[in-house]
Amino acid sequence: MSVRRLAAEQPESFDFTPELEAIAQKLIAKYPEGRQASAVVPLLWETQKAAGGWLPEPAIRAVADRLGMAHIRVLEVATFYTMFNLEPVGKYFVQLCGTTPCMLRGAEAIRDVCEKKIGHERHVSADGVFSWLEVECLGACTNAPMVQINDDYYEDLTPESFEKLLDDLAAGRPVKVGPQNARRGSEPEGGPRVLTDPALYAFKTTVPGFAGAPATETPDLLAAGLPRAAAESPVDPTAAVSAAQEKAADGADTREKREAVAAEATKPSGAGE
Amino acid sequence: MLADKDRIFTNLYGFHDFGLKGALARGNWDGTKAILEKGRDWIINEMKVSGLRGRGGAGFSTGMKWSFMPKQSDGRPHYLVVNADESEPGTCKDREIMRNDPHTLIEGCLIASFAMGAHAAYIYVRGEYIYERERLQAAIDEAYEARLIGKDNIYDYPFDLYVHHGAGAYICGEETALLESLEGKKGMPRLKPPFPANMGLYGCPTTVNNVESIAVAPTILRRGAAWFSSIGRPNNVGTKLFSLAGHVNTPCVVEDAMSIPFRELVEKHGGGVRGGWDNLLGIIPGGASCPVIPAEQCEDLIMDFDGTRAVKSSFGTAGVLVMDKSTDIIKAIARISAFFKHESCGQCTPCREGTGWMWRVVNRMAEGRAQKREIDMLLEVTTQIEGHTICALGDAAAWPVQGLIRHYRHVIEARIDQYAANPHPDPVPVAAE
Repeated sequence: MSVRRLAAEQPESFDFTPELEAIAQKLIAKYPEGRQASAVVPLLWETQKAAGGWLPEPAIRAVADRLGMAHIRVLEVATFYTMFNLEPVGKYFVQLCGTTPCMLRGAEAIRDVCEKKIGHERHVSADGVFSWLEVECLGACTNAPMVQINDDYYEDLTPESFEKLLDDLAAGRPVKVGPQNARRGSEPEGGPRVLTDPALYAFKTTVPGFAGAPATETPDLLAAGLPRAAAESPVDPTAAVSAAQEKAADGADTREKREAVAAEATKPSGAGE
Repeated sequence: MLADKDRIFTNLYGFHDFGLKGALARGNWDGTKAILEKGRDWIINEMKVSGLRGRGGAGFSTGMKWSFMPKQSDGRPHYLVVNADESEPGTCKDREIMRNDPHTLIEGCLIASFAMGAHAAYIYVRGEYIYERERLQAAIDEAYEARLIGKDNIYDYPFDLYVHHGAGAYICGEETALLESLEGKKGMPRLKPPFPANMGLYGCPTTVNNVESIAVAPTILRRGAAWFSSIGRPNNVGTKLFSLAGHVNTPCVVEDAMSIPFRELVEKHGGGVRGGWDNLLGIIPGGASCPVIPAEQCEDLIMDFDGTRAVKSSFGTAGVLVMDKSTDIIKAIARISAFFKHESCGQCTPCREGTGWMWRVVNRMAEGRAQKREIDMLLEVTTQIEGHTICALGDAAAWPVQGLIRHYRHVIEARIDQYAANPHPDPVPVAAE
C-alpha cells in the first residue's frame, strides 16, 4: 500500500463549472438509474484535469455532493487510486515507469535525467513547468523504457532523447508522441516480420449497408502529430518568446507548423487502401 | 510459425486503419448475424469445444465461464464486464487490441453478451491508457452509428457498450475488485462465494473476461472451433498474443501459436537474446507474478499453460520478460516486490504487511546486507502469505520471491559473503603519501 495524504495547503473552494457539470451528466448516463456512484472515478479524473492536474480537498467534496455520496467515501476513493494527485504537479507531469521490465531496459538512467533536469521526485520545478514521479508498470513493456507526460506515452527512450524531449516541451517545440526511435508501435525495430500478406486487408465485406460502399476513414489524432500535452497547454511567457524567435527564423512558429502537419495528415487519402 | 492467414489480430501494429472501414476490410463483423442466429447454446458450446482458455492469466475455459451464467433471467439484468485493466508488469497485449484492432473487441462483446443474455457491457480500461480509451470509444461510436450495436441495431438484439476507466490500481485487475471499482468504491476484492455469475456488478449476474478472450471469440465462431483447436497442443490450443520485453534485441508484441518453443519465439520474433542465446540468465514467462525460469530450463521450454507448469512457473498473460547475464537477479526481483508492496490493497493482513516485509528483506539481500539463515526465513514467510489472502495478489507477491530462492540461492549467498567480507560500499580512503 502506498501512504497518501492530502496536501497541507488547500485552496478555499472549488468551482464546479458548467463544463464539468456537462461532463458529469454524460458520465452518469452510462450507468443504471441510481448507480451514479459508479461515475466517481471518471468524474474525479475529469475534476483533476479541470483543477490543474491535482485534486484539492474542496474538489473532492464537490464531487461527493454532485454524486450524492458521503464525503468520506469519495475521499477514500481519491486516496486509494494512485492516479489522483493529492498535491500540485507541474504543467508537464512526468510519470516514469520504474518497474522491472523498464528497469532492465534503462529506466534508472531516465530517473537520473529527471533528478538532474527537474529536481527531486514530487517537487515541482521552480518555474512550475515540470514535476516527476516514479510509478509502477504503465503497460508499455515492449517499448521500455518509457514515461507518461500528462496524457501521452513517450516510449523507447534513451537518456539523450529524453533530455531532448524535456527541453522541447519546456521550449514549446513540437514533440513526437509514442516511440522516440523509428518504431511506430509495438512492432520489432526494423519493421514487422509478420502480417505482411496483403490479402489480409482486402476482405470483401458482406455487412448490410457496407458491401461495396466504403465508409469514411476514422481520423486519428496521434498520427496527425497532435500531442495533447502540447496542444492543450496554456501559453506561457517563455514559450511565447521562443515561438517569436522561431517564427522570425523559420517563418512559422511551432503551433502553426503543427497545424500544417495535422491538416496534411487528415486530408482524405483519395484512392482506397 | 503461425501463417499470416491464421492470425486473428491482423492490425496488431496499427499499420492500417483502426476504424470500421479498416476493420471491415479485415473481415471483422462479417457474418455476425449468422452466428447470432445459431443461438446462445450453440455459441457457448462452440466456445467450449474450441478449447479457448482465458487469456487473463488463470487459464480457465472461457466457454465454461459463459455457461455459468443463469439461463433464464430472474428479473435482474445480466452484465458482461471486460477486464482491460492490463497492469501486469511485462504485459502489454490488450493495449494493442484496444488501440489498433478495437472492432474485434466490440464484436466480441456483442456476441458474448448475446450468449449470456446481457444487454449491457462495460469495458474497464486502466486509467493510464488514455489514448487507447479514446481510440476504443471512437470505434464504439462508429459501431453505434453503423447500428452494429445499440438499442435498435441490425441484429435485433438491444445491446449497449460502455467504456469505464480506473485510476491506477493494479488490484482492479482482480475480477471482484474490478466490480467494486466499477461500482464506485475502493478496489478491494470480495470474498467468494457468491461468485460474480450469481452476484456480480450491482448484485446482478456478471461475467468478467479478459480483452483477448473476448476479442478472439468472433473469429473462432466464424472459422469454427475445429480450426482454433487445431493450433497448439491439446489442452493448450489456439493463437496467443505474446509480448517480449527485456533483454531481447527487438522487443515486440506478436501473435503466434500456443505451445511455440520459447527459443523459437525469442529468436524469430524477439531477434534473439541480447548477446546471444548463451547470454540468457532466465525469464519470467507470464508477467511479474510468475516465478522465474532459469536459462537451463528455457532450452526446451514450451510456451503454454502445461509447459510452464512443468518447470514450476505459470503461463500467466504470456508477457515474457527476458533477462540476460548482465541482470542483477536479486535486484530485479526486489523491484517486483516493491511493485507488489505498492499495489497491495491493504485489506488482508498477510499481504499488506507481508509484501512490505518481503520487499525490505529482498532489498537487503540485493545489497548482501543479510544473514544466510534469513533466506529460509524469507521462504517460510512467503508460504505464509501464499494462500492466506482473499485474492491472488498475496500468491502473486510470494511466487517471484520463491522462484528467486529456488533457482538463485547461490547468488544470494555469494552476495552475502561478498558484503560480509567488505561491508563498506565505498572504497576505504587511503591517506596521500
